[in-house]
Amino acid sequence: MKFTYFPGCSLKGSGRAYEESLLAVCKQLGVELEELDDWNCCGATAYMAVSERQAFGLAARNLALAEQQPHELIAPCSACYMVLKKTQKYLVEYPQIGQEVHDALSRGGLKYAGTAGVRHPLDVLVNDIGLDAIKKQVKMPLKGFKVAPYYGCQIVRPYADFDDQHNPVLMDKLFKALGAEVVKYPLKTRCCGGSLTGTLPEAGLGLSFHILREAQRRGANVLATVCPLCQFNLDAYQRDMSNKFEPVHMPIVYFTQLMGLAFGMDAKTLGLQRGIISIEPLLKKQEVAA
Amino acid sequence: MTIQQTIKYDAERDRNFPKEIMARHGCEKLYGCIQCGTCSATCPVSTYMDHTPRQLMALTRAGFKKEVLSSLTIWLCASCYACTVDCPKEIKITDIMYALKRRAIEEGVYPKRFPIPILAREFFKMVKNRGRITENELAVRMFLQSNWFAMMKTWRLGLNLMRTGRFSIKPESMEKPEKLASLFQGGSR
Amino acid sequence: MKEQSNGDIRIGFYICHCGTNIAGVINVKAVADYAAKLPGVVVSRDYKYMCSDPGQALIQQDIKDHKLNRVVVASCSPLLHEHTFRNALEGGGLNPFCLQMVNIREHDAWVHEPGEPATEKARALVRAAIKRVALQKPLEKKETKINRDVLVVGGGIAGIHASLTLANGGMTVYLVEREATIGGHMAKFDKTFPTLDCAACILTPKMSAVGENKNIKLWTYSEIVKVEGFVGNYKVTVKRKPRYIIEDLCVGCMKCVEACVYKEGRTEDDFNEGLSKRKPVYMPFPQATPPVVLFDPEACIQLKTGKCKKTCVEVCDRKAIRFDQKEELVEINVGTIILATGFQTFDGKRLPQYGYGVHPNVFSAMQVERMVNASGPTEGHIKLKDGSQPKAVGIIHCVGSRDNRTNRWCSRVCCMYSMKLAHLIKQHTDAEVFNFYIDIRAPGKGYEEFYERLQEEGVHFIRGRVAEVTDWAARKEEEGRLVIRVEDTLAGFVRRIPVDMVVLANGLEPQADSQDVRRMFNISCSTEGWFLERHPKLAPVNTFTDGIFIAGCCQGPKDIPDTVAQAGAAAAEAYALINAGVIELEPNTSYVVADDCSGCKTCIPLCPYTAISRDEVKKKAIINEALCKGCGVCVAACPSGSIYQNLFSDEEIFSEIEAVIG
Repeated sequence: MKFTYFPGCSLKGSGRAYEESLLAVCKQLGVELEELDDWNCCGATAYMAVSERQAFGLAARNLALAEQQPHELIAPCSACYMVLKKTQKYLVEYPQIGQEVHDALSRGGLKYAGTAGVRHPLDVLVNDIGLDAIKKQVKMPLKGFKVAPYYGCQIVRPYADFDDQHNPVLMDKLFKALGAEVVKYPLKTRCCGGSLTGTLPEAGLGLSFHILREAQRRGANVLATVCPLCQFNLDAYQRDMSNKFEPVHMPIVYFTQLMGLAFGMDAKTLGLQRGIISIEPLLKKQEVAA
Repeated sequence: MTIQQTIKYDAERDRNFPKEIMARHGCEKLYGCIQCGTCSATCPVSTYMDHTPRQLMALTRAGFKKEVLSSLTIWLCASCYACTVDCPKEIKITDIMYALKRRAIEEGVYPKRFPIPILAREFFKMVKNRGRITENELAVRMFLQSNWFAMMKTWRLGLNLMRTGRFSIKPESMEKPEKLASLFQGGSR
Repeated sequence: MKEQSNGDIRIGFYICHCGTNIAGVINVKAVADYAAKLPGVVVSRDYKYMCSDPGQALIQQDIKDHKLNRVVVASCSPLLHEHTFRNALEGGGLNPFCLQMVNIREHDAWVHEPGEPATEKARALVRAAIKRVALQKPLEKKETKINRDVLVVGGGIAGIHASLTLANGGMTVYLVEREATIGGHMAKFDKTFPTLDCAACILTPKMSAVGENKNIKLWTYSEIVKVEGFVGNYKVTVKRKPRYIIEDLCVGCMKCVEACVYKEGRTEDDFNEGLSKRKPVYMPFPQATPPVVLFDPEACIQLKTGKCKKTCVEVCDRKAIRFDQKEELVEINVGTIILATGFQTFDGKRLPQYGYGVHPNVFSAMQVERMVNASGPTEGHIKLKDGSQPKAVGIIHCVGSRDNRTNRWCSRVCCMYSMKLAHLIKQHTDAEVFNFYIDIRAPGKGYEEFYERLQEEGVHFIRGRVAEVTDWAARKEEEGRLVIRVEDTLAGFVRRIPVDMVVLANGLEPQADSQDVRRMFNISCSTEGWFLERHPKLAPVNTFTDGIFIAGCCQGPKDIPDTVAQAGAAAAEAYALINAGVIELEPNTSYVVADDCSGCKTCIPLCPYTAISRDEVKKKAIINEALCKGCGVCVAACPSGSIYQNLFSDEEIFSEIEAVIG
């Protein structure tokens, strides 16, 4: 299986562990990823606040580039995923802006037909590759791991193309297949605050805090994410949260990192050392148990 | 203790304002709002807003442009789409929030040194110049223009990021950012 | 243009001013002058209001004076006054089908600006009508007799009321109900709003009356499987499902239920909304009519495996049990049918944010009705799943209703029943009760006063649609409880309200099989799936199919008073037909010229009214005139051109087209 790979700005920056673990896991499963040539920022949530046409244009440029390849596009960052999908749908639903973006791209020498398939790696790995194939690769079942699966907002809202909108289960199924215990967790799709934790922590911090505290209360010892900004918010501010509210302490990983661990890969390959809250204690427990 | 009178006179209404907002993509169904409050109830940040999303819809519909554009609500929206997904009248509230953000920027209506529109502006500039975002540089630029003191407080975070190798020294950039030029022609909207 | 039987064609032309509706746009006098010169027209008049008595008298006088044998009236839509003018012709001694109407109001004056083009259009339309009317032939009206028996489908309060009304009037009524007992949803309620009448106390007398009425053939546990025929002459096939009991022998003593090898019930009891379990042999509910038990073939060991001690048979001294009972198909002939098939409630699981089916103490309103009912699964006690009493209860209005993603409509009764449940919960417990609403809809007699009473009782009415019911606690006092997050829009802030019990006021929706049912009876459904009435204001219980009426919630959500009113209305409509004894059929039906028919069967499946059948002996198509509605599909489709339609022959249609073009 081959896919075009759209990393997005975060996966090259603070979310590079996601890229590292994703590439490692895909290689193990026989999924070939080819990075989109000279891709640009998708615009995320910030660009749409400034200019609608340019925001759609930015995303559409990546889609136009992706169309040149015969395979589908994988966008690991939830925001990139949602923005690309939304652009695809809106340019069809609103032909006026569709035309404007089309014209802008043509001026840059690109054709846009809206045919690129936009997929999220969670969808591809669980649905396309399948849990059976994944189970076959499991060498070290995640015994002792009590995972809280945190989906965040933008992979299920507003488009719920591959999982249920209010109660997604793909990660739950995945982690069970990896041998971990999955914690029943009501806040799986509650927003972590996005950029608010940085710009307006008085508002944003509380959002991420509740997610962590509830995970802790439900007995989780690790929280898994699908989005680099969610991972950052939940990982980087635990000290501030503990000072302001209640003590919280939990390693935050990407779902691909858990997959890699179960496949027997070493921590460095998976970028696990990049977590601000260290996952070492949990790994040691697993070694002892194994 | 000062006594203040709050009464809204009809002359303060801008009758064109709701129509202008509704003309934006995704914002067509504003008139269908039954003011049920589901959006406010499901919004994770509504408790921090000066007007709840529902109130903002009512104000927009009525044409109280000044109140709407100067509210903090539109900036606090984190685009999590929880409201859009639960609204029984299928109003795309998130898109309306974006339209209002754009309008506020167009009219220059937001508190000075307010981090969120500053972030949006810096994001915009960075993408225009290099085609990609370098997160820590973006954060620094935002803090420099909004709140130096807040930046001081993030020293620990900065250290943590450097320690774990998540701090980009080299700015992220496209090989040929000029390829984006055609997208930026024609002014913003 | 010669009259076929005797003499020339003599046409009378009348153009109506319709006040200024037509005359304000079209130059009616010019059109009248124009018509006067057309071939066959012997008298041409314009008049202010043709539909009035003097207007009609004009026509009748002219028929006499000028020996008219055709009439053309240019006025409003035939939907309004074709009948009026046909009667006028008849009154003047002329066959009513020698009339042609021209719509120069809806088709001309009401859609164009005043001026010459509008008048020119009127001239063209009139020219066409005049040419056509000459080709029209006198037709005879047909009649068919109405069978006096009535079929009522559905034994809820609507079906019960309609059946009793008709039966007391002397008609034989077949009341067919799918469940094992009549009573419908009303039998499950505890009290009814706004009077707080005990539902069973007002319903069971009517149910008994049905059981005892000699004119009502009560067939419960039965379904309709086929409907054939036409108004006044329906042939209906009823499937009588096996109860494995001889109904006439069982007296409802329930010794068999006690004696059953199952010591306790294992099957979810539908009547108690899944809150209790029942045995394989059971009485649907204590006041069931007929008071007869039945066996559940999915649960009964004897019926599943054939190997059971059959303790039930031992104790039945009426010898009423028959494990070999089979399904029976019975054919009945009736003249009219009343559909009163009711509604189903919205399934709360479709809104996952409310936690129905996930959190144990989220209940549907129907479940709470059963709990609060003294003969229900908890003997009238409001209990949480762990048996304790709730200290706070949240009732969520509009679940599934007023929502583009589920059901767009307002279910009309939920505000009232939610208030009723609030009152009953307050009566039965010490709980604090919250009602979460978008609007309070209390339009009926005594309804607003009921709302006032509830407010005085201290129920908290919070205007805000609940976003979620969750079990994660933000603060200590919320731990272990269900938290409702809602915007209190009137007070002006978002609230988190911890409760112990949540009640979902589920809306009403059409029954799951309503499309299948309506196809079987050849009626229509609205876009929302309710059975379609002929006119929302003026004919709410009639359908577009003659002889079939609808009553109650199958037509749309409504409360018990409106349901009973509609049931009475449907009974009256049925009775009007029955009392008239005969029904007149429109003669614009199609007929097959047998000599030309090749027996190819193309027309048969095309007929939307199943009016065409095949004579297997002659191998020719035959059209049943009484079923035919004159849609013309068969006429157009017939490859050999052997089907003709009265009032719409090829010559008539082509003559109009030629004349309109000029």
